[in-house]
Amino acid sequence: MSQEWPLWEIFIRGQHGLSHRHVGSLHAPDAEMAIKNARDVYTRRNEGVSIWVVEAKHISATAPGEKGPLFEPSESKVYRHPSFFDIPEEAGHM
Amino acid sequence: MGAAEKLAEMTQDQLVQYLLRLGDNTLVLGHRVSEWCGKSPVLEEDIALANTALDLLGQTQLWLGHAADVQGEGKSADDLAFLRDVWDFRNVLLVELPNGDFGQTLMRQFLFDAYHAVLLAELVNSTDATISAIAEKASKEVAYHLERSRDTVIGLGDGTEESHNRMQASLDLLWPYVGEMFHSDAVDAAAFAAGIGPDPASLRAGFDAIVSAALTEATLVKPESTFAHKGGRTGAMHTEHLGHMLCQMQWLQRAYPGNKW
Repeated sequence: MSQEWPLWEIFIRGQHGLSHRHVGSLHAPDAEMAIKNARDVYTRRNEGVSIWVVEAKHISATAPGEKGPLFEPSESKVYRHPSFFDIPEEAGHM
Repeated sequence: MGAAEKLAEMTQDQLVQYLLRLGDNTLVLGHRVSEWCGKSPVLEEDIALANTALDLLGQTQLWLGHAADVQGEGKSADDLAFLRDVWDFRNVLLVELPNGDFGQTLMRQFLFDAYHAVLLAELVNSTDATISAIAEKASKEVAYHLERSRDTVIGLGDGTEESHNRMQASLDLLWPYVGEMFHSDAVDAAAFAAGIGPDPASLRAGFDAIVSAALTEATLVKPESTFAHKGGRTGAMHTEHLGHMLCQMQWLQRAYPGNKW
């Protein structure tokens, strides 16, 4: 084989009501085979009820170098956490 | 045990033979497929083949377990798997053939999966409740095996010139071993009469439909010859390959009798 199969990112929903979570990646010639391979590689121990596959090249990501401007400004803004309210007894656990 | 008693047409020995055929098919193919473990062309196929092998071995445990129960000699599925010699095996010749290259393994898998799926769909209706329950469980696994092997046969057949030629060569090599799966003898006739299982010949149309459609898509040509090697499922004569395989599969129990995991 002269060409490598493309890389696919695999997302699995563990149970109904939960969201799909990224579990890893694998190679496959097309989306259908990527789903089959994901079934065989990532759901052998009954881990899932649904599989999403996305070709890795279609995912845009933040650059590690931009960490400062992107994420550090929010470190000093504790008031954005809803932890400054007195919760009435009747509301119970939130 | 109840099954052997209520079905007068099928003797206990015939029912044991019938179950050995089912269990030996999955045992021998399962072992063959497991030979790829750690050696497949890519990681994804390696684990997929290992999963298939494990499914087949799981089915074997059920079929041979039932065979041992019906036999009533106090043996276990393990005894039947590891302590019988070549002439006692009842698998079709197709499944004992060596793996060859990856394409040949997948072609063998596809031809067996197509037969297996059609067979299990009938065994679900067996008058033997245990057979029906095993078939029910196995048919879900086999539906996936078939989907996977079918897609791979199509992908490789309709792939590069190299992969196409290899798949056509595999088909030409394995085709003479297809006919045996649909042959019938006294055991099959008794099973059919007792409502235990289908007439093997009746499975051919369903098999041909699956295989012809896939081969067309794979741009592969079905050989015209209807010659069929036989002797595996009756135990009359296996190929020389089965003995070598059993040497590998059984050596531990033969060298260290009764040794446990």
